[in-house]
Amino acid sequence: MSNREKHWDKTKGLMFITLAMWFFFGYVVFMFGESLNSASFLGYPLAYYMCAQGSLIAFVVILFWFANKQEAIDEEFGFAEREDN
Amino acid sequence: MKGKFTDNLPKIYGLYTGGFAVFIILMAIAEQAGMSAKTIGIMFVSFTVVIYAVIGWLSRTVEVDAYYVAGRQVPTVFNGMATAADWMSGASFVAMAGGIYFGGYTYMAFLVGWTGGYILVSSLLAPYLRKFGCYTVPDFIGTRYGGSLARFCAVIVLVLASFTYVTAQINATGTIASRALGVPFELGVWVGLISILMCSMLGGMRAVTWTQVAQYIVLIVAYLLPVFWMGAKLGIPFPHLMLGDEVSRIGELEAQFGLVKNAAADLKAAGVPGGLSSISVAHSAVPDGAMAAWKFISLTICMMVGTASLPHILMRYFTTPSVKSARKSVAWSLFFIFLLYSTAPMLATLSKLQLIDPNLATSIIGKSIADVQAIQWVQDWTAAKQVFIADFNGDGILQLNEWFMRTDVVVLATPEIAGLPYVISGLVAAGGMAAAMSTADGLVLAIANALSHDLYYKIIDPKADVQKRLIVARALLIVIGAAGAFVASLRLTSILGAVAWAFDFAMSGLFFPLVLGVWWKKATRQGAIAGMIGGLGAGTAYLIYVGPAFMAMTPWLGIDHLRFGIIGAPVCFILMVVVSMMTYEDNAEAKAVSAMLDETRIPVGKTILGNK
Repeated sequence: MSNREKHWDKTKGLMFITLAMWFFFGYVVFMFGESLNSASFLGYPLAYYMCAQGSLIAFVVILFWFANKQEAIDEEFGFAEREDN
Repeated sequence: MKGKFTDNLPKIYGLYTGGFAVFIILMAIAEQAGMSAKTIGIMFVSFTVVIYAVIGWLSRTVEVDAYYVAGRQVPTVFNGMATAADWMSGASFVAMAGGIYFGGYTYMAFLVGWTGGYILVSSLLAPYLRKFGCYTVPDFIGTRYGGSLARFCAVIVLVLASFTYVTAQINATGTIASRALGVPFELGVWVGLISILMCSMLGGMRAVTWTQVAQYIVLIVAYLLPVFWMGAKLGIPFPHLMLGDEVSRIGELEAQFGLVKNAAADLKAAGVPGGLSSISVAHSAVPDGAMAAWKFISLTICMMVGTASLPHILMRYFTTPSVKSARKSVAWSLFFIFLLYSTAPMLATLSKLQLIDPNLATSIIGKSIADVQAIQWVQDWTAAKQVFIADFNGDGILQLNEWFMRTDVVVLATPEIAGLPYVISGLVAAGGMAAAMSTADGLVLAIANALSHDLYYKIIDPKADVQKRLIVARALLIVIGAAGAFVASLRLTSILGAVAWAFDFAMSGLFFPLVLGVWWKKATRQGAIAGMIGGLGAGTAYLIYVGPAFMAMTPWLGIDHLRFGIIGAPVCFILMVVVSMMTYEDNAEAKAVSAMLDETRIPVGKTILGNK
């Protein structure tokens, strides 16, 4: 397998992991909103909290994590940009 | 100042923020000295708009690269701020907290939907489109799939989605300008339009970028300051972490007062003005049943997938210096958006509690109607037909279902309700104006750029010189803006209806052609064209079928007019895959596409289109 193919394989893998986390915080949590709401976090009902803050925080963290991970992959295969201008 | 302009940005915007803080303090002093509330409102809106116009003028340019993509040198974090301002519309600023106030948990699907889409943007599209080096979104479609027809279809989808969106934004600027300046709405719309054009016309993307950063600073200060101030008055220094008790208190009060849905006949008999509502939905409780969960999830799907297809957002990531910074910039964008979105439910909670909790001095529910009508802000907003009291049971006491407000009032009147000085209300008006203007700027520019670059330069007159192209681009900007203002002045839909439609149009026609264009080498021109036409056609047909303003038929599986992308996008996907498989041939063109995509998929090297 060429360097490019390996790079693309890893990139695809990262994409799928990222989308799986996105799916969890974007949809799975809210499929069970009714039962989650009986639990509480910081005094908020849990489903309400996830909707108001929890999932939003998760999205921000996932995005920074994804950007760093992808940079590491680019670095590993020598496809990283030299300078940031 | 020494050094490159971009190196000095932190200093420049630091000074700007300091200057804005000084202006707020001066206004506060003027208020104490007896300046009228109306003058303060006018000062806030006109001062900030003049600043944006000055930035727009300073950023004027005659270079194509600067006009279309800000010279591709916008630093990561600043691009994040500009995107956040581009993203957060008048609806986010003015209507979102109000929507949560009235709609509770169900409405908060918008919060999740309007943030999660950025994960799709970053993992599927933005870095690859940046590497491609296009000027506009149709530029990518046209080059990837080849041929004028594919490019033209993309332009159609872009114009339809963005134009739907921009009328709502111009409507919002008009509403705010008319209220703050005391002019009729129809005139306010044109004042808003002129302000928008002053920011974008001379400098295109470069000017829009630097005004959007300035607008972000104004709008975030205007949103956060009242909430923290109100929190501090109630002894809650950090509302986001500390409102658990308040949320459950609202639950108790809801049980005590009872959530009554008024009958339409009663509302009509009492003369409640249209667009005003009373609280009839629980604040934090999740509605029962699978259908409610599906409605929540289907709305978030539409908003997320729509986010990843809206050209005015995608094109912001064409302006970063590198592929790496495009990715980081998406993360920063969402961080800056998060600051406002996580505050909206807190604002809704605080302002609801202030109105309905009898233990608080500011509350009105359960008091005698004569007393409530004597309150200054109630009188002001009643006169503006924004709030209304209907004593249905005739007992002279204000019940929860007898108090009506327009959703916008939650953000715009909360400072007055909480008894904050008027300078805060002026600040909020300036923030709303900034939010609506920044989004309108981005949208008008996206449309005008697609028409000038893709339709005029690439399809009609490929030999046009730089000067002619930029003249056409600017002329189109004025025409599009004027058309948007004209449609807005007709007041066809409520602000939110139109905003959700833009997402559905974009996801129906553009999401799969963009994503498969990067991720599937065998996607063909015919497939993309079939997908764009079929997806947009199916979505639009369904919108006409269920839309309350059109045929108003019963929605299928709860897929109403806010969610028609759920129909359009799958049609687009299936058509695109089937037609691509039928038409794919392993010929020279397919090999060229394959080589082009190989280059697109690695960050290093020159862009595909050979620009910077």
